[in-house]
Amino acid sequence: MKNLNVLIVGVGGQGTLLASRVLGKYALDEGYDVKLSEVHGMAQRGGSVMTYVRIGEKIASPIIDEGQADLILAFEKLEALRYAHYLKEGGEVLYSTQEIMPMPVVTGAAQYPQGIEAKLRGTGVDALGLALQAGNAKAANSVMLGALCKKLGYEREKFEAALLASIPQKTIEMNKKAFELGYRAV
Amino acid sequence: MRKLMLGDFAVARGAWEAGVKVASAYPGTPSTEITEELARYDEVYSEWSPNEKVALEVGIGASIRGARAIVSMKHVGLNVACDPLFTASYTGVNGGLVIAVADDPSVFSSQNEQDTRLTAVSAQVPVLEPSDSAEAKEFTKLAFELSEKYDTPVILRVTTRVAHSQSLVELEERQETPNRAYERNIAKYVMMPANARVKHVVVEERMQKLSDDSNSFAINRIEEGDKELGIICSGGVYQYVKEALPNASVLKLGMVHPLPFDLIAKFAKSVKRCIVAEELAPHIETQVKAHGIAVEGKNIFPRCGEFSANLIRACVLGEKKEISAESVPARPPVLCAGCPHRGVFYVLSKLKLNVLGDIGCYTLGAVPPLGSMDAVVCMGASVGMAIGFDKADPEAHKHSVAVIGDSTFIHSGITGLIDAVYNKSHITVVILDNRTTGMTGHQNHPATGKTIKNEPTYELDLEQVCRAVGVPNVRTIDPNDLSAMEAALKEELAKEEVSVIIAKRPCVLLTKKLYNGFRVNEKCKKCKACLKLGCPAIVNGKDGITIDVSLCTECGLCQSVCKFGAIEGEGK
Repeated sequence: MKNLNVLIVGVGGQGTLLASRVLGKYALDEGYDVKLSEVHGMAQRGGSVMTYVRIGEKIASPIIDEGQADLILAFEKLEALRYAHYLKEGGEVLYSTQEIMPMPVVTGAAQYPQGIEAKLRGTGVDALGLALQAGNAKAANSVMLGALCKKLGYEREKFEAALLASIPQKTIEMNKKAFELGYRAV
Repeated sequence: MRKLMLGDFAVARGAWEAGVKVASAYPGTPSTEITEELARYDEVYSEWSPNEKVALEVGIGASIRGARAIVSMKHVGLNVACDPLFTASYTGVNGGLVIAVADDPSVFSSQNEQDTRLTAVSAQVPVLEPSDSAEAKEFTKLAFELSEKYDTPVILRVTTRVAHSQSLVELEERQETPNRAYERNIAKYVMMPANARVKHVVVEERMQKLSDDSNSFAINRIEEGDKELGIICSGGVYQYVKEALPNASVLKLGMVHPLPFDLIAKFAKSVKRCIVAEELAPHIETQVKAHGIAVEGKNIFPRCGEFSANLIRACVLGEKKEISAESVPARPPVLCAGCPHRGVFYVLSKLKLNVLGDIGCYTLGAVPPLGSMDAVVCMGASVGMAIGFDKADPEAHKHSVAVIGDSTFIHSGITGLIDAVYNKSHITVVILDNRTTGMTGHQNHPATGKTIKNEPTYELDLEQVCRAVGVPNVRTIDPNDLSAMEAALKEELAKEEVSVIIAKRPCVLLTKKLYNGFRVNEKCKKCKACLKLGCPAIVNGKDGITIDVSLCTECGLCQSVCKFGAIEGEGK
């Protein structure tokens, strides 16, 4: 495993915290130094959120600056575009094609940007569609984690186990299916 | 065993390992998780106090009685606790007393960006500042030792990036710390003028001694590097400095008040260019300069917002990389789909009332399209400000209300309500009773009937509290019943008396249910009445009005406002 800066972005409530903790746990089990930085409180309520995951031999700062991310995992398309400038040269975005309208768009004060895919360097996943196929829209983050596991070339069984250890027992089957669908989507 | 741990959890772990017996707090981002975590340890008595002042008083009492105690709060919570803090500095401690305070540079979830170090200078209390989770644990343990050794409360200051970052921590065993013997000691603990005068002298000597001794504290250390450039830093900033300037000489301060001036002078002399890198106020810089030591600081660094490695490079080395971001619509936080506050704010907006707001999720009632908020200042301020509106303009009470959450009302709204009744005000207060402390992540409080450990306890009855202080008009309404809410507001606003409307419905996030979501059918006339709810699940897109099933919680408000029966689904 090489050193890695992963920025996880989305809309508050989508499960960016869970995703960062799963990735962090996996890397830690692999013997790396890990730092995560999270967002709690006011900013979580449906706002734009970002969580940092840094993995390597010895990590100092827990945050990833602009132009420093190897990978952006985005749970929403507009959020992928908002933070795309955090990518370093050669970095890429793994994004859900789901669109969630921010309030300025709902009120008509702004338009949801068109043609986002063309501006993003990376891969789109229909996480919402695949989550509904797995049983519920809430499983979209497991779809994205499946895709992330494949993208990073991580060991599927170990990564999936890290996920399943972090979610409620009764949703395990649904999330397993969602992970599988995500893994196969990239 | 090594574990990846949140800074806040590491503080809790450190307190537990140090044998802490009593932990008290009022929730506040980014400090909440310290006490949530301590509540998991059976050896520790933990509580959510009604506010930070009470929390600190509980800690002071436990300390005087001989136990180690930790009290946790956010920076603005320390303002509430300042009264006991400033005098606890005089009494000193018996069992170690640590006050964990979390500052919020960049204002992620607060109403201001104040710097706790300045409060500590004023209160004459030492401050330790860890830079990651491992230090958060280690410094917490050290804080208890210093507290007992120097007979002082000790502040452990973290910032959002330390409190809410996870890094590796080496777990150790708990050292049981038996209570120290307790004896009545009037000269030490009864702060009447004759004793306080004596104790002030003791405090001055204590701080001087701490400053002198700290020159040889291991947590204040020089990391020798390039002699051309020396950086004095502490806390999270240290990590940014190591990232940005790996070759620079560094003086890392673990204690940021009082300061080790001999060590600082020695370091400054050893390097060609000496810079203090600190977020927020120029606390270290000002004191260092006052000691006649020449350093750079706020001449190159900003006073507002948090730092990063890029910012250090730019300010110190002048390395500025122009990285352009896409211009995209903002996504401010909003009330969640299904939030019980939405019904209240929809009606307040419809009636075009002036709204004196308060601290909590419902501050988001200020965000368009609801946009119903005139002022928000601090915990509990809504009630007092409403009284001020009323006294300044005799007509104001007919078209203005105070809104305050259940937990915030208990924190510091009750005293305002007593003032309203006592001084014959005509205000209407809406208590947004969502049965929890919502914004900070659902903590119990006295009106939930559950303790921090989720055990059943006496349940404060908000209606009874209001009646007991003399409010003549008290009623409880379901905020999702929009017509009842509107009728109640109109009636109470017309009265020349104090009125309280309790809008009672649990936070939608308390039910971990999976929803199917509603659908919009062909009867939709695109009148956009539903969009006035400001619900994030209602989408006005290229396919007309639709509902995002990933967000909808079937609360039914949109069905209430739709005149055409265009929204299908069975909710509630």
